[in-house]
Amino acid sequence: MSNVRSSPWFHRFALLTAAATLALLSVGGLVTSHGAGMAVPDWPNTYGYNMFFFPTSQWLGGIFYEHTHRLAASAVGFLTTILALWLFGRSARPFMRRAGLVLFAIGAATALATPRHWTDGAVLGVTGVALLAAGFVWPRCEPAAKWMRYLGGAALLGVILQGMLGGLRVVLKEDQLGILHAVLGQLFFTLLCAIALFTSRWWQRSGAGINLSPAGLPGLRAVWLMGAGAWLLILLQLGIGAAMRHQHAGLALSDFPLAHGKLWPATDPASVEMYNQQRKEILSVNPITAFQIVLQMVHRMVAVAILGAVAAYAWFTRRILGGRHPASRAAWVWLALVLTQGALGAATIWSDKAADVATAHVVVGALLLATGALVCIVNYRELALARAALLPARPASDWTQAPFGPQPAGAGRFPGT
Amino acid sequence: MTNKTLALIVSTSLAAALQNVCAGDITGTITLKGTPPKERDITPLKDDANCGKFHSTMPTTHFYVVGPNQELADVIVSVQGMSGKSTGASAPGVALNQQGCEYKPQILAVQTGEKITIKNSDPVLHNVHAVPKADGNKEMNAPQLPGSGDLTVSFDKPEPFLKFQCDVHPWMFAWVSVFDHPYFAVSARDGTFKIANVPPGKYTIQAAHRKAGVVTQQVEVKEGAPAKVDFTLEAK
Repeated sequence: MSNVRSSPWFHRFALLTAAATLALLSVGGLVTSHGAGMAVPDWPNTYGYNMFFFPTSQWLGGIFYEHTHRLAASAVGFLTTILALWLFGRSARPFMRRAGLVLFAIGAATALATPRHWTDGAVLGVTGVALLAAGFVWPRCEPAAKWMRYLGGAALLGVILQGMLGGLRVVLKEDQLGILHAVLGQLFFTLLCAIALFTSRWWQRSGAGINLSPAGLPGLRAVWLMGAGAWLLILLQLGIGAAMRHQHAGLALSDFPLAHGKLWPATDPASVEMYNQQRKEILSVNPITAFQIVLQMVHRMVAVAILGAVAAYAWFTRRILGGRHPASRAAWVWLALVLTQGALGAATIWSDKAADVATAHVVVGALLLATGALVCIVNYRELALARAALLPARPASDWTQAPFGPQPAGAGRFPGT
Repeated sequence: MTNKTLALIVSTSLAAALQNVCAGDITGTITLKGTPPKERDITPLKDDANCGKFHSTMPTTHFYVVGPNQELADVIVSVQGMSGKSTGASAPGVALNQQGCEYKPQILAVQTGEKITIKNSDPVLHNVHAVPKADGNKEMNAPQLPGSGDLTVSFDKPEPFLKFQCDVHPWMFAWVSVFDHPYFAVSARDGTFKIANVPPGKYTIQAAHRKAGVVTQQVEVKEGAPAKVDFTLEAK
């Protein structure tokens, strides 16, 4: 019987899901850049409509961005559900049939019991029928390895949590939830990129052998640690950037490379008041605070640290692994993204935070995070395989191999089946 | 009605009338010193497919509304140290209109508990999003369809420059200062203001403008006599 590995379609589908998520991140970035996060005041409905029935004539101004974001999020949720179920192969079939029946029943009951909400019932019912039908034609492939199924499950949980965070941010009117929503969105994208990597032919073939560099284990360990350190800096930078954007205060520093005309701006109350008075904002932004000024300065300093860390990593990786090693090539891509991101950060300030420029800064940030994660994963596998080759007592874990290898009998059952 | 109740009403009315007789008005003019920065074009408004139609010329910001002799409008003038005297529940209320995809007026002031009536005069949907910062004032985010009824809101705690915005049209914002007493005014286009019926006494008067900052002056209100205090704010 075939397994998922035998079909390149699964890998392509993982790539599609990751690409759709990047598009979703772009729309989400536009929502925040246009200050439209609260343009639709209710959730999960849109101005009282089931979101799939909201009239296009009402997609105006900020509503357009927010509503498009919600629809795109639904599409990504749909793709992620398929991705997760696909990893369970044929064992997902019984679950899909049962879940489809339950959804259909809930949808029918909703439509009959509350005719005013028939659209909600229709959406649930159609989803249920689709799931039920898919349960009969679902691929009969073998389930993926347990750790891959966990990744699929994590992606599904992630997309559900992300949707709820976005909705609660609107309903509870909590900016802090917006920060979590922004960070989790990029981590979710990174997870999908990792799934795409693990299902690629390159990953499955390149894990077969290892050519140890002259630097040996210490060199590989240093490469992995340097990459992981740089990635953690990027993760920290993502949190800082999300906190800056979701305070809806616009630019706390309106100039670059200086900051309010100085190397380090004044943050005493009188100076902050003066900055606010001198600001001539067109859009509805909150007054800036001393905390936001310091936060933006930290953002700049961490950006410099990231540039240094990734540049050092690229140079060191080339020295240890050689210029032709995939990790070395990926390091240069990573460095190029860092430089692009720096230029976009400066352009965000020089353009007075133009929505498209600020959003591009968010999107390249997501690519930076994902690229760094993939680089670290590849490096860690190199290290694990080298350890296994040199120290037979410490075999490499199965995740370093193809994710769809032979399964022990009874493995890969869908939970509850 | 019992005699006791009648006596209470009469005595309260008399006390109020007596206070008004003894009270004085504080009047004055606000002047801007210096040249204000050029107002900015609101290009997103002009470019908007629906809202742009309401403006034949490029709409601009209204940070400094200055008269020919440097009279400054939209300054909130208030008596300091008067907390806990709100009569907002019985006050007539104020109106905040959405017209041409702009809030009008952009600066206003109310008492705690005083009703703010929000109108939508536009043929497009707006969402009325009040974003208070003071504890006890509730955030509001409500849609207002064209032709739909007015919305009303009031705030329980004093707060300077509480922001109203529309997330559908992010260039729309207004600022409402909330006081827990009735002794405040917003300067008119000719820069004048009048705070009525201030009890006799010595007071600190504050003039606050969103961009020109805050200045204060001392003034004494004598029984039944008007007091005058003029302010000069500097353009930033």
